[in-house]
Amino acid sequence: MTPFLELNQIDIAYPPRRVIQDVSLEMAEAGIGCLLGPSGCGKTTLLRAIAGFEPLQHGAIQLEGRELSRPGWTLPPERRRIGMMFQDLALFPHLTLADNIAFGLRAWKAKERQSRVGDLLRLIGLDDDAKRYPHQISGGQQQRVALARALAPRPRLLLLDEPFSSLDVTLREGLAREIRAILLREGIGGLLVSHDQFEAFAFADEIGVLRHGRLLQWDSAYNLYHRPADRFVAGFIGQGVLLSGRMGEGSRVCTELGDIDGMSLADCAPGDPVEVLVRPDDVAHDDASPLTAEVVERAFRGADFLYTLKLASGARLLCLAPSHHDHAPGERIGIRLEIDHLVMFRTA
Amino acid sequence: MPAAGRRARRRQGRWLGLDLGSLLVVGAAFCLALPVLTVVLTALQPAGPVWRHLAETVLADYLINSLLLMLGVGAGALLVGVPAAWLVSLHEFPGRRWFEWALLLPMAVPAYIIAYTYTGLLDYAGPLQSLLREQFHWSRQGYWFPEVRSLPGAIIMLALVLYPYVYLLARAAFLDQSVAVSEVSRTLGAGPWRRFVAVSLPMARPALIAGVSLVQMEALADYGTVQYFGVGTFTTGIFRVWYGMNDAAAAAQLAAQLLLFVFALLVFERASRRRARFHHAGNRHYRARRQPLSGRAGALAGVACLIPLLLGFVIPAAQLAVWALRTAPQMIDGRFWPLLAHSLLLASGAALLILALALLLGYGLRLRPHPLVRLAVRAAGLGYAVPGTVVAIGVLLPFAAIDRRVDEWARGWLGISTGLLLSGTVVALLFAYCARFLPVALQSVEAGLSRIRPSMDDAARALGSSPKGVLGRVHLPMLRGSLWVALLLVFVDVLKELPATLILRPFNFNTLAVRTYELASDERLADSASFALAIVLAGIGPVILLSRAISRAKSDHDAVP
Repeated sequence: MTPFLELNQIDIAYPPRRVIQDVSLEMAEAGIGCLLGPSGCGKTTLLRAIAGFEPLQHGAIQLEGRELSRPGWTLPPERRRIGMMFQDLALFPHLTLADNIAFGLRAWKAKERQSRVGDLLRLIGLDDDAKRYPHQISGGQQQRVALARALAPRPRLLLLDEPFSSLDVTLREGLAREIRAILLREGIGGLLVSHDQFEAFAFADEIGVLRHGRLLQWDSAYNLYHRPADRFVAGFIGQGVLLSGRMGEGSRVCTELGDIDGMSLADCAPGDPVEVLVRPDDVAHDDASPLTAEVVERAFRGADFLYTLKLASGARLLCLAPSHHDHAPGERIGIRLEIDHLVMFRTA
Repeated sequence: MPAAGRRARRRQGRWLGLDLGSLLVVGAAFCLALPVLTVVLTALQPAGPVWRHLAETVLADYLINSLLLMLGVGAGALLVGVPAAWLVSLHEFPGRRWFEWALLLPMAVPAYIIAYTYTGLLDYAGPLQSLLREQFHWSRQGYWFPEVRSLPGAIIMLALVLYPYVYLLARAAFLDQSVAVSEVSRTLGAGPWRRFVAVSLPMARPALIAGVSLVQMEALADYGTVQYFGVGTFTTGIFRVWYGMNDAAAAAQLAAQLLLFVFALLVFERASRRRARFHHAGNRHYRARRQPLSGRAGALAGVACLIPLLLGFVIPAAQLAVWALRTAPQMIDGRFWPLLAHSLLLASGAALLILALALLLGYGLRLRPHPLVRLAVRAAGLGYAVPGTVVAIGVLLPFAAIDRRVDEWARGWLGISTGLLLSGTVVALLFAYCARFLPVALQSVEAGLSRIRPSMDDAARALGSSPKGVLGRVHLPMLRGSLWVALLLVFVDVLKELPATLILRPFNFNTLAVRTYELASDERLADSASFALAIVLAGIGPVILLSRAISRAKSDHDAVP
């Protein structure tokens, strides 16, 4: 079966700099994905290449089996059936809301166009505001109009370039959920660019982590958190520390916190230095445990405390404890490791 | 990183990193900067005897008069513009909304025209002195009356029509000041007067300096007023050297001296504008309530705003109208209509040409933001600061040289004399207008283009528009307003331009401004009124535009954030 969206070993460059290097990913069906990464990692460039605004130096892009881009040939954006929501929304200030939404429906018959615009205005709850102009409505409403405009021509894929960054947190989550529901209902694929992992978790089924123009991992949120492919992803997604240890016999790892049943790394011999990822929820607070650590900092988070602990070697550790376990900085508390899947990397 | 920047980087790797489009832009910009370059380069040549003579005799006068004029007009514009702006922007009194835009009306009157009308009103034979003599039975010589045709007179005339620059910028600065700052100073016990002197005024200082610099540039560029009043300044000096002594190099030397002043002001103005941006850090959606002034205070405020309006617009316009009514029947004859047609044709032709150039440079800057392109466009944008006399000299010198070369060549090879091909033709005139007024159009075009964010281009493409479609469906409708504004502003500027037109016009080619000047020079002030009135009426167009921009900015502020 042909995948819905396929990027195959893509390179994008603004000579002499290569902005995207050897990126491949595949969305099997019209689901919802996200490109996540720190600013400057190339995620927006990748999105713009899928939209057709950036040519490829190497590789190919296919949507539902149709080739969109290859080196030296780029199907123009207007013929891709890909919609896009921009960070600054880019609503046309000289057009009414209805005309903004109808912008991409030029080729439609007047009657169909009218009914499509009407449907969309109803969908975003602005059916009484068709004749108003973008500057007359609020930021959240503008966001909805931008969405409706992008959806109007029934694209196969909707690209979203951090469109929620100007909204406050509550509005952002609500809108992200709404858009997700609409995309799933209409069977339109979605690809979001974001630097906010919680937004990514809330919106997308599959997430790609980008750094310095390379795609480090393309996976579900669960796997990114629990099975990060490399040290950067481990640090970027969620919280946690890398604890150094040494490879023991078989699949055991010797650390300051004792021996842990782990996995065997391919090119690791016993005695080699390794690093183990320890998430805050991997460290349980246990007064009975012989293993203790000193509290350096605590942050009250309602249901629980996030403790920063110092081990004997000076290494730091994060520990999530229920909020009735209140310990002041300077105290020593007992801890126990509870690791389901051990994530470890060979020390570079 | 803006999308335009990305696109540009991809296109590098041609000649100096420039492709054909960029080269075109750089070339056009270079041509437009040519007059200034010519003047500067000519001035660098060793001085001739005429220059030495000038330096020994009149140069000190020119220098002192120009300086006094500049300082005086700057002070006068501050004195009129700042209080008016302060009253109108921070207070509420009867007629305020009306004054807010009416105070701009004096901009419609060119300085030389206001000088003619006040001379007619105030000189010995004028209505005021005649009335005084009759009323008080004064003898013909036995009393003192201030002489209008003097340096102080010129300062007052120029200040009366130039203060709106200060008024506009000061008004914007006062409105932009954060309410919080004013409220903080109230909680600290500052009364209204102290708030104005210790808070509002210092915060508005960069804007005021920028406004005064603009006014002073205009004052230095003035030719018509100082010429009519017989005040020797750089501009009148350039004319005298050019026509009286026929020495191009010496004229260019004078022009270069004048340029020095102008560039000093320009640097000053740019620097204060930059500072002005840092100075207001207020919440734009939250504005102070205007302080209501009622009773005597309100009436006083109204009078204070009425005076500059009366002196700068109503009285001169009324005087022109009275004269025009009397003399129009003789003046509007068979020669008037061709003259009017000439003027309008020239102004609209220049406006269209300049708009096309502004679009070329504006789009060049948008699509190819190469450092060299940016530099070239900025250099071409300096022209507005350059006085018309300087531009004219800078156009005439190279054009005359080209004509001479072509003529020599043609006589040598073809045995015919080509005479003057460029200088003394409309081509030279149009070229000078382009060099001088391009910045006006460019500013408008750039402002329009900046509203079309690159993401809008992309959005239109993603919604199925071809590049041509984007131009037609997004750019044109969004730019239309700015393009009309640019056309109108340039049209009116060309219509009232005097010194460059005087120097460069083809033989016997007249415009409204030139005819006004000629008649006034022959002391036929009343006869000149029909032409002057036409210029003033045209000048009201830009004022209306400005006032509409003001009220639009206001309604944007009132809209939902």
